[in-house]
Amino acid sequence: MSEKLLKVENLKIGARIYPPGEKPRNIDIVHGVSFELEKGKVLGLIGESGAGKSTIGLASMAYGRGGVEITGGKVWVNGREILGTNLRDLRKLRGTEVTYVSQSAAASFNPAKKIMEQVIEASLHQGKFSKKEAEARAVELFTKLGLPDPENIGNRYPHQVSGGQLQRCMTALALCPEPDLVVFDEPTTALDVTTQIDVLMAIKDAIRDTGVAALYITHDLAVVAQVSDEIMVLRMGDMVEHGTTDQIINNPVEEYTRDLVSVRSTQHEGKPPTDNPVLTVENVTARYKGTNFDVLHNVTMELHPGQTLAVVGESGSGKSTTARVITGLLPPREGKIHFDGRDLSPDLEGRSREDLRELQMIYQMADVAMNPRQTVGTIIGRPLEFYFGMKGKEKRARIIELLDEIELGVEFIDRYPAELSGGQKQRVCIARALAAKPKVIICDEVTSALDPLVADGILKLLENLQKVENVAYLFITHDLATVKAIADSIAVMYQGRVVRYGPKTEVLAPPFDDYTDLLLSSVPEMRLGWLEEVVQNRKMESAGN
Amino acid sequence: MHPILKLVAQRLALSTLLLLAASVLIFAGTTILPGDVAQNILGQSATPESLANLRKELGMDQPATTRYFNWLFGALQGDLGTALTNGRDIVDSLGGRLKNTLFLAFWAAVVAVPLAIFLGLLAVRYRERWPDKLISAVTLASISVPEFLIGYVLMYYVGVKLGWAPTVSTIYDSMSLGEKLSAIALPVTVLTMVVLAHMMRMTRAAILNVMQSAYIETAELKGLTSFQVIARHAFPNAIAPVVNVVMLNLAYLVVGVVVVEVVFVYPGMGQYLVDHVAKRDVPVVQACGLIFAAVYIGLNMVADIVSILANPRLRHPK
Repeated sequence: MSEKLLKVENLKIGARIYPPGEKPRNIDIVHGVSFELEKGKVLGLIGESGAGKSTIGLASMAYGRGGVEITGGKVWVNGREILGTNLRDLRKLRGTEVTYVSQSAAASFNPAKKIMEQVIEASLHQGKFSKKEAEARAVELFTKLGLPDPENIGNRYPHQVSGGQLQRCMTALALCPEPDLVVFDEPTTALDVTTQIDVLMAIKDAIRDTGVAALYITHDLAVVAQVSDEIMVLRMGDMVEHGTTDQIINNPVEEYTRDLVSVRSTQHEGKPPTDNPVLTVENVTARYKGTNFDVLHNVTMELHPGQTLAVVGESGSGKSTTARVITGLLPPREGKIHFDGRDLSPDLEGRSREDLRELQMIYQMADVAMNPRQTVGTIIGRPLEFYFGMKGKEKRARIIELLDEIELGVEFIDRYPAELSGGQKQRVCIARALAAKPKVIICDEVTSALDPLVADGILKLLENLQKVENVAYLFITHDLATVKAIADSIAVMYQGRVVRYGPKTEVLAPPFDDYTDLLLSSVPEMRLGWLEEVVQNRKMESAGN
Repeated sequence: MHPILKLVAQRLALSTLLLLAASVLIFAGTTILPGDVAQNILGQSATPESLANLRKELGMDQPATTRYFNWLFGALQGDLGTALTNGRDIVDSLGGRLKNTLFLAFWAAVVAVPLAIFLGLLAVRYRERWPDKLISAVTLASISVPEFLIGYVLMYYVGVKLGWAPTVSTIYDSMSLGEKLSAIALPVTVLTMVVLAHMMRMTRAAILNVMQSAYIETAELKGLTSFQVIARHAFPNAIAPVVNVVMLNLAYLVVGVVVVEVVFVYPGMGQYLVDHVAKRDVPVVQACGLIFAAVYIGLNMVADIVSILANPRLRHPK
């Protein structure tokens, strides 16, 4: 029928949804997408959440997650149409011809079984290899993917290896049965940037060496540019643009693609520090209850009125712990927090209502930071009541004012969080923090869970609010691009210490310390060949040392 | 020390403490019961002197704490005292009864536990379809009917009408295993029906909970069949809650079979206890209480330990 490995024609996918307070109804997720993939090629599927990219990826295995159902179109794998076949034939296809690498290897490995058992399970089940052959192949793949101790790592349980290693094990799991096609679904999204680079390179090498074809799904255009031959841009279940990687990155045709390529329009001129910082963290050393090691060592930083201090680092670097110390959730073992010319009590109980009001917080997960059974009006109105004793008309007027500031209309006042998009939820959280008229807002990874364009909108909003309200932000993030976009000064944290600190222009200018250099050079850049360049440079450096 | 050993040692220590506390409760409870054993033994015509003498003989004149510790140390050495009513050594008469009860409970468990787990897996495999609904309906119905009624109904139809199994389940040491099993066929059936639903529902719920996990999707995308996914990937992660409910039901099989024993005239612990409660034979009641408490606490401790062992994070620390 077709020479192509994978051919998708007019694919339509729907799902049954259960909106609160309404009758269940069917919605369309993907409306007629077509593409083809040759043997050994990599196609990147890119788009924001809800674009249907994962759904399309899984459709190549004729699999629908949850209530998702393929409602129309045709999918051929190796010339066989698979949507019409029965479950038994599909099972022969899954795990042998087409395999899947998911976003979170930590959740996708069975915690009760050894890694090796899971990596070779599909090969054994399908009778493709004997146990011995499969194990030898797994060890070979572990080696190829740069895992430490490849002979024995399979004997470990998933919780005994790191996140980056497990993600590589997942890739080995997918490649072990010698599939023709692998679906990579955001395989590096959950990893730190410095880890991402290694995993990305390992995946790229493995794809090249085994000659397997791949669908590479991600929301990060800079990442997909490194690994794919072609890119397809998706939006709300429609194809926007499909072309070679070079064309999409360098000559995008559609406006939406151009937006994706040139995202981060937020620009921020760093301001010099003023004389009196509003918040000073002085020599803070802290540890968690019941442990006997410090997670913060002599952390010192200053935040000036109306400015933004970005605290940047990877997971486990202590940036969120610093926020917990500042908010009083974790009293430090040593050191002090000064706020607006006074000492703050180390623990929450000792702080006055005024202390609480002037220091507000916005969280990463907006949906869990709001009571799902309260309306937007109630959520924003609560601090107005609590701190200012506002009631009735006065309160409502102020809520509407705040909604206006976060660029949402009056009609949102009676909506519930479930009726809002991710970006809108985060905006409501911002309004709730602003309602207290704080001097400082701690923003903990506030854009990490959002799509790039939405995140960009939130950053712009925060920037504008800062100009109007003269509020200072302590901005915690692992994303260096965000830092560049909004910071006045930067503190780089690593293993509980501030390794580099100062005004943005100084921190981001060479000469760098080793860690900052590693961190900065690991941020994917939106150009072809970046990955090879970085890896090559690192090899040369380590050879030179 | 390996963290598992530490956790297991903790559980053991806690269980011992708990058992000690239970022994205090049992002793205190039986001591404050109204009624007088001496009066009971001697009857209406007893003189105050003979009552006082008998009490002294039974050690009833000593303070309660002394009696408690005497009883406790005796029990620790395997001496549970003598029955007041017939003067026999309690350990001797209890031993055979306990053996019979454990025999019945064991065979009920051998049938019920695998059946419950298998039905649970089956219900998950066909969830929300007719096999699931049928399994749920039948097991729930059987748990809802009083066990003595099931007992008599089975006795009438299976025992009397069809003649497939004896209606009286008395067993003797001289019987062969086959004869014994045939004798207890009906009570085992009744007990199985009583404990099945609970274990089956828990297995179903625990596995359905695990079925939401991402690694189940991974397994499905490997091309495994539904039953393989459930048995190989879901079940190992559902062991802890399942074991807990299995152990609770095993404890019930040992401790709660009084009615079934009476219905089928089975010479077990339950009947023995009921007889002696009626006669106010305090040492026997205390001994039975202590053994029941030990069985309950012991089985729950086993459940805890199995849950700990089932957790790979604890079994294989980083």
